[in-house]
Amino acid sequence: MAVETLLQVKEITKSFGGVQAILRVNLELERGDILGIIGPNGSGKTTMVNLITGFVKPDSGEVLFKGKTITGKPPHKIADLGVTRTFQVMRPYYSLPAFKNLIVPLNSPRIRRTAGGKLGDKDGVAIDILEEIGFERDAYVPYKIASSLPLGYLKRLELARCLALKPEVIICDEIFSGLSMSEISTMIPVIERLQMDGITIIMIEHRLRELFRLVNRIIVLNFGQKLAEGKPEEVMAKPEVKEAYLGTGAGYVGS
Amino acid sequence: MPNEQLTSRERRRERLDRGIKVRTEGLYALSSWKEMFYLLAPRIVLILGLLVAPFLLDMYWQRVLCAAGIYALLALSFDFLAAYVGLVCLGGSFFIGSGAYISGLLNAKMGWAPFLTIPIATVVGAIVSTLVLLPCLRLRGIYFAITSFMFPLLTVNVIIALNIFGGTEGISALATYPNPWVDQYLILSVVIVSLFTLRRLVNEDMGLILRSIKDNDQAVKASGISILSYKIKAVFIASLIGCFGGAYLSHLYGWVGISQFSLDFSILPIAATVMGGMGTLVGPVIGALILTPLSEALRGFGQLRVVLYCLILIGFIVYKPEGLMNYLQRKYHQFEHWEDV
Amino acid sequence: MDILIYGTVNSVIFALVAVGFTLVYGVSRLPNFAHGALYVLVGFLTWSLVNDFKVFYPLAILISLGISALLGALIYRLILIRLRGLPTSEIIASFAVGLIILEGLRLQGIGGFKGFIGPFYVLPAFIDSKLRIAGVLIDAQRLILIGGGLCVVAALWLFTHYTKTGLSLRAIAQDEQAAMMLGIDSDRAAVISLSIGSALAGLAAVIILPLGNVTAEAGYRVLINALAVCIIGGLGSWAGAVLASFVLGFAMIISTALFGSVWESVVLVGAIILILIFRPSGLLGKQKELEERV
Repeated sequence: MAVETLLQVKEITKSFGGVQAILRVNLELERGDILGIIGPNGSGKTTMVNLITGFVKPDSGEVLFKGKTITGKPPHKIADLGVTRTFQVMRPYYSLPAFKNLIVPLNSPRIRRTAGGKLGDKDGVAIDILEEIGFERDAYVPYKIASSLPLGYLKRLELARCLALKPEVIICDEIFSGLSMSEISTMIPVIERLQMDGITIIMIEHRLRELFRLVNRIIVLNFGQKLAEGKPEEVMAKPEVKEAYLGTGAGYVGS
Repeated sequence: MPNEQLTSRERRRERLDRGIKVRTEGLYALSSWKEMFYLLAPRIVLILGLLVAPFLLDMYWQRVLCAAGIYALLALSFDFLAAYVGLVCLGGSFFIGSGAYISGLLNAKMGWAPFLTIPIATVVGAIVSTLVLLPCLRLRGIYFAITSFMFPLLTVNVIIALNIFGGTEGISALATYPNPWVDQYLILSVVIVSLFTLRRLVNEDMGLILRSIKDNDQAVKASGISILSYKIKAVFIASLIGCFGGAYLSHLYGWVGISQFSLDFSILPIAATVMGGMGTLVGPVIGALILTPLSEALRGFGQLRVVLYCLILIGFIVYKPEGLMNYLQRKYHQFEHWEDV
Repeated sequence: MDILIYGTVNSVIFALVAVGFTLVYGVSRLPNFAHGALYVLVGFLTWSLVNDFKVFYPLAILISLGISALLGALIYRLILIRLRGLPTSEIIASFAVGLIILEGLRLQGIGGFKGFIGPFYVLPAFIDSKLRIAGVLIDAQRLILIGGGLCVVAALWLFTHYTKTGLSLRAIAQDEQAAMMLGIDSDRAAVISLSIGSALAGLAAVIILPLGNVTAEAGYRVLINALAVCIIGGLGSWAGAVLASFVLGFAMIISTALFGSVWESVVLVGAIILILIFRPSGLLGKQKELEERV
């Protein structure tokens, strides 16, 4: 399969009031890539997600998807093209049963187009997706009201809602945060399988060890700027990255 | 209860769900006609009650029933928008006003009969209301409430100021219905049909998407769905219901005037909804059927009725926010008994 | 020149009416829909105290302002405190309180109460004279109004920047969670903001009402004007509210001068719709507020 540049971010910049959230960041993703974005708190990781998915409009710069610009498009149009995301602060539809949460993406124009007007048994499709992602059908987990589900399932529900859209790019915003080790270890195979299905993934993450098991390339953000890019172990060995993570406190101790 | 403390036997009230609910809401497993009847009985009572009511009432109260029907429609549309889409529309009278004025104008200027003007006014009125609310649809929560609240009041000002549509006098001598039976059964059947259509709708896919928008609109956007288009559809549906009420009203009284934009049409439906139970759809209808006669009985006291239903409203919203319907439903679906601990 | 002076007067009227509403919303995120009702209530209370109970005019004003502040606190303590965080219920409940006050003022025949209906209720002007400024005849009350408006805004600014209570209100407004962790009681701040806001509604009433009659219907208009100012200026933004007051005040006077007074409400509606379409955050609204709104 020919390698194809799927998503490209060019010199993107955004400031909120006086705060420079993102400054001239570039990144490039090929189809099937899995990229990690890491950085200390407030380094602009979530803003990056918002910029790519259209939830925040950039001050300057461009986002290209399959060579066409998607900057300035509303979020639902970008999702319609196949770039979707999870939310750091989880946002399930609390008042609905878990499987009904997927009815929303299953009704999107994108799915309608691909299904050619015939959608069939949406509830069935929804439950299948949930089962695939680890909702035990036999234990009736997919039928439970979303507000009654524990955190681990909610994170998966977030991911399932993206999957239901049959996306080409998924951006996971801190999908491991707040999960226990055992919950994470059940999530990792799910993400590996997505990657094998050919979905391009960007993972924003704080849990580095788990992240490095999944990704082969990472980008480090600090104060909105790209600090480093490359293989995880190479990047983490760089002194500027160490400093960003340990803070200038390291220098302070040294002196 | 003092007796219990004396007997030193501790008891608690145990509640048991009747065993016909299956895991999710609205899905039942029925094993006998008795259970079927048990489920359908409240619905049958409501429908039959509404249909039989005209025979039991005298002329005056038949009129009140018609008015209650209009308020019930407004309450339905308020509840639908507030509980299922998250749009709190304080300007319900705008629906009534636009429906009423359109059918009134068509009848007075073009001479068309009510059976023509009502459907046209319903649809055109809904289009007008949707267009007027369109700029505010992007707003959330209190911002939408504020702007929707201002529109009917400002429309009145505009009508008076420009002296259009008959100005303060309104338009009178419109065609009325041939007999009181048409009066009542027209509105009652529309109330019943809209109630059950809406109940169906909110559990269909469209309703699920609307509820999702209310829960969390960002995620709906991330799912590739334009929330604006769904909000427009929802407002259109709600204003269809409201504008029918207005169009019907204009021919009921044979008169259209600025009082159809008055606060009564905005506040009573809200009171009815809160009293009946937000989000139940049936509750608001029942609330309207209780509140309208009550306010009618107090008509002699002038403004006292507004004060009274505001008091009821506050009482319910503060002390019984679940509303009558949720309370009754819970009681109906559960066995309760005292049990020794 | 006419336009300049009367435009300023009109703008200050808008600002006075809106500042209380903005304060309450800015501090505690409570939309006080009873604002217009409190305004009218203070008008009638003062009238009643002066004419029925023969109270000295300035004292009457003070008493009714006190009652208004007390009512604001009561509205929070008895009703809104149970509804915090439920915007729908907050709006409905405070609106209902407003209706009770407004319609209650119009009640007739209960306990010999005649109800405040008709154009008979006029508050006396503070100083009854007219002046001529730059060739324009203007009565002293309007000048007092401009001065009063400036004083109110200045006093509020000083209060929120230099007193402990004022600073704690601003802290709550900026970040409720963090402020609570620093020991600022959110409920207490809400009570204070509501009573100040209600007193401000009353203050606006006693300054503005001598220009015309006191009628219950004015309550709705006042509420609409306050809301319009807040939407156009950006809810909770004070500078925005003042700016919006001037925009609306002058727009109305200019449209009246050009087309006649009937177009006033059309201008109001038009301004709101334009703002909603082109700048949904309001004139001085911030990004954060925009996210809240859209």
